[in-house]
Amino acid sequence: MIFAVLIPLIIACFIPLLSKLKDKIHTGIFVFFVPFLIFLYFVQFLGEDFQPIRHTYNWIPSLGINFDFYLDGLSLLFALLISGIGALVVLYSIFYLSKQERLGSFYVYLLMFMTAMLGVVLSDNIFVLYTFWELTSISSFLLIGYWHFKERSRYGALKSMLITIFGGLSMFGGFILLWVVTGTTSIQEMINQVDIILNSSYLPLILAFVLLGAFTKSAQFPFHIWLPDAMEAPTPVSAYLHSATMVKAGLFLIARFSPIFSGSEWFFIVVSLVGIITLCWGSYMAVRQTDLKAILAFSTISQLGMIMAMLGFGTTAAVFAAIFHILNHATFKGSLFMVAGIIDHETGTRDIRKLGGLITFLPITATLALFGTFSMAGVPLPFLNGFYSKELFFDATLHLENTTFLAEVIPYLAVFGSIFTFVYSMYFFFGVFTGPKQLDKLPKKPHEAPIGMLLSPIVLVAGVILIGLFPNIVNAPFLLHAAQAVNPDVEFHKVYFWHGIDSPALHMSLIVVAIGIILFVTRKKWSKVYTILPGKLSLNKVYDQIVEKLDVISGAITRSYMTGSLKNYMSIILATTLIVSFVFMFITNGFTLEYDYLADVTILEVSVVIIMIIAAVATIFTNHNIAAILVLGVVGYGVAILFVVYRAPDIALTQFVIETVTVALFLLCFYHLPKMRKTTDSAGTKMTNMLISVGFGALMTMVAISAHSSNWFESISDYFVETSYKLGGGHNIVNVILVDMRGLDTLFEIAVLGIAALAIIGLIKLKKDKGAQ
Amino acid sequence: MEIITSILAGILFATAIYNLLQKQLLRIVIGTALLSHGAHIFILTMGKLKTGQPPILTEGVTDYTDPLPQALILTSIVISFGVTSLLLVLAYRTTKENNTDNMEQLRGKSNE
Repeated sequence: MIFAVLIPLIIACFIPLLSKLKDKIHTGIFVFFVPFLIFLYFVQFLGEDFQPIRHTYNWIPSLGINFDFYLDGLSLLFALLISGIGALVVLYSIFYLSKQERLGSFYVYLLMFMTAMLGVVLSDNIFVLYTFWELTSISSFLLIGYWHFKERSRYGALKSMLITIFGGLSMFGGFILLWVVTGTTSIQEMINQVDIILNSSYLPLILAFVLLGAFTKSAQFPFHIWLPDAMEAPTPVSAYLHSATMVKAGLFLIARFSPIFSGSEWFFIVVSLVGIITLCWGSYMAVRQTDLKAILAFSTISQLGMIMAMLGFGTTAAVFAAIFHILNHATFKGSLFMVAGIIDHETGTRDIRKLGGLITFLPITATLALFGTFSMAGVPLPFLNGFYSKELFFDATLHLENTTFLAEVIPYLAVFGSIFTFVYSMYFFFGVFTGPKQLDKLPKKPHEAPIGMLLSPIVLVAGVILIGLFPNIVNAPFLLHAAQAVNPDVEFHKVYFWHGIDSPALHMSLIVVAIGIILFVTRKKWSKVYTILPGKLSLNKVYDQIVEKLDVISGAITRSYMTGSLKNYMSIILATTLIVSFVFMFITNGFTLEYDYLADVTILEVSVVIIMIIAAVATIFTNHNIAAILVLGVVGYGVAILFVVYRAPDIALTQFVIETVTVALFLLCFYHLPKMRKTTDSAGTKMTNMLISVGFGALMTMVAISAHSSNWFESISDYFVETSYKLGGGHNIVNVILVDMRGLDTLFEIAVLGIAALAIIGLIKLKKDKGAQ
Repeated sequence: MEIITSILAGILFATAIYNLLQKQLLRIVIGTALLSHGAHIFILTMGKLKTGQPPILTEGVTDYTDPLPQALILTSIVISFGVTSLLLVLAYRTTKENNTDNMEQLRGKSNE
C-alpha cells in the first residue's frame, strides 16, 4: 500500500525530465496514468465483504512513528475520490493548460498533493497523518500561487497557507495531547481507549485543537475566507483541491475521530453549530458573487458545512447521509468547476454579469451544468444524486438524538441554507446559459469546447445520474463500510427516491424549491440586503487587519527597545541582572555574613582603600582629561599596593608596570581625543544611572561577602604548594602555576596580547579609501 | 578586612558602571578600566586575605598565601591591559573618523 501512496511522489521526481519533451507531447499524458493506476488498485477492494487492511512500514520505530496504513471503508471512499477525480482532473488539465505554461511545476505540485492526500486518508499514525496534512497545505500553497506573477494569486496563496497551517499546528497540539493521554500513536488503538480519552482532563483542549485543525482545513465559518481567494488557482486545481479532496480532509478528520469524540456533548454542539452556520452563511454569500468560481467557492463552503453538521449530529442516519453527500458533492462540484473552467476558456471571462445566452453556443456544457446545478440545488428528480443526500439531510435534522435548544433550531436553519443553495444554483445555470446574449462584452467569440475537455465533466455527470438512478449500487459495497467506520451502528438500508407524500423531508424539499423559485425570480429586488449584512462586517477585513496590525505592532515593539543606543542596551542588561540576582538572593535567602575567618584590619590597608574610593568616585566628577587619567592611575597603583600588602609580589610587579604603561597610553590617546565635557544628562537620567550603578555595586559587595562567608570546601592550593618544587621544579609557586600547571591559560593570554597588538596596528595603519566610495 | 575590600570592589564596580552609562566615549573606556580593577580586587578577596608568607617556597615556612588567585589575576591583568589599549585606540579612530565622541550620535546606518 505504501507504493500506492508514494508513487505520485516518485513519479514527480521524473517530471522535469519529461517536461523537456513537452513541445511534442503534453506532460499531463504521462501523469494521467499515475492516478488512474492507483484508482484501479483501490477499486479491487470494493465489495460487500470488505474487511479493513493494515500495513506497517518502519520509519522511526523508537518513537512509535511508522507508516501505519489502515484501509477501511472511510479511507477507501476518500482514496477512490482522490485517485478517481485526480485522473479526471489531469485529463481535463491536458486540454485546459497550454504547452506554453510551466507544466513541469504544475504536475510536480499536483502529484505531490496526491501523495499527501492519500497519506492523510490512509495513515493510522497521528504523526504521519500530520506530516501528510502539512504536505497538503504546502502543495496547495504552491498550486494556488501557480501564476505567481499575479498579485491576487500570491495574496490567495499566502492567506490559505497562514490559515491552514495555523489550523494544522493546533491539530498537531491536539495530537500530542492525545498521544500523552493514551500513550499510543495509532488512531485505531486510541479508539479502543475511548474511555481514557473521554475521562481525561485534557479532553476540552484536545477537542478544541483537533476541531480547529479540521475547521480551518475544511473552510468552516469563520475560517472559510481563504477558500474564495484560493480561486486564483488554475481551474483544474480548484476542481480537485478546493472542491473534491483537500477541503474534505477536515471532514475526514472529524469522521475519523468521531468514534472517540462523539461521546462528548461538546462535540455535538460545536461541530453541528459551526457546520450549520457555515451552511447558511456560505449559501447566503454565494448568491452575492459575480465570479463563477467565487459562487462555486461559497457553494463548496456551504456544502462542507452541511456535511460537517451531519457528522456533528452523529446519528446513524446522519452519518450515512454525510458519507453519501461527500461522494455526491465530489461528483457534481467537480463537474461544475470544470464547466466554469470551460466557460472561462471559451469566452475569456468568468464574470456572470457579462455572460448570458450561452446555451446556443455551448450546448453540451450547458447540459452538463444543468445536471450539476440541479443536483447541487437538491431538486427532487429521480436522476440527481444531490436530492437523495439533501433529503437524507433533512431527515437527519428532524431526528436528532439531542434535545437541547439547538436541536429545535437546526431544521429551520437547514431549510434556510438550502433555499439559498437553490437560489445560487439556479442563478449559476440561468445566469450563464439563458437570457440575453451579450457577445460584444465577451473577449472571445464563444464556441463549444474540445471533446477532451468535456470528457472529465461528462464522466462526473454520468456519476451524478448513475447514482441518481440507482443509489443502491454504491450503497452496499462502498458507502456502508465507510459509514460503519465512522459509526459502527450504521446498518444497511436502501435509499429510495419516494418516501410517500407524508414524508416531512419531502415537504421540506418542496418548501425549499417553492421559496427558492420566488427568491430567484425576485433576486434583484432583495439584493440590497447584502449592504446591511455582511456590509462592513467582512471577515476578510478582519483577516487583513490582523495581518497588517501584527506587522505594525511587532515593528513598533522591536523599535521601542532596539534603539541603537549603547546606553539603553547596557541599562536593560544591568537592570535585568540586578532584578534577577536580588530576587534570587531574596528567595533562596542567599545572603550570609560570617566573621570567623576574617583577616585583621590595619591602618595601612584602610587608608589605601579610602584613597582608592575617593579616586574612583572622582573619575565621575572630573571634567578634565589629565585629571581623569591621574585619578584612574591612583586607583591602579592603589590596587598594586594592596597586592603588595597581601603578599602577592608577582602581580604587584605586573600591576605597577602595566598601570604605568596604561597611564602613558591614556595620556598619549587623550592628547588626540576631544576634551571631556560636563555631562548634559537630565536629572532623571542621572538618577537612573546612579540607581543602576549603586545597585550593581551593592550586589557585587553582597555576592563577595556571602561567597566569602560560605566555606564549602578547602582550597586546592595546598596541592600547588606541595608539588611546586617536586613536580614543577620551581620555588615561585605563582610562576609554576602560570607556565606549568596551567600553562594553557598563559599561551592564550599571549595570543590575546598578540591579537590586540595586531588589531591596534590595523586600526592605526589602515585608513578607509575615501575615493572608493 | 575582607568586608572592607568587598565594599571597595563594590564601589569600584559602581563607579565603573556609572562611567559606562555615560555618553562620552572616554568615560566608557575609563569605566572598563575601573571594572577590571574591581574584578581583580574581587578575585583577591575571594582567595582569602589570610596573612601568610608570599607564595615563594622558602626553607622553614609552611604558611603561604593562596597562589591560585594570584595566577588568575596575573592572567586577567594582562588580558584587560590588551583590551583596554585596544579600546583606547578604537575610541581614537572612531572619534577621528566620525568627528564625534558622543555615543548617542554613533548609531550606525538606518538600514543596518
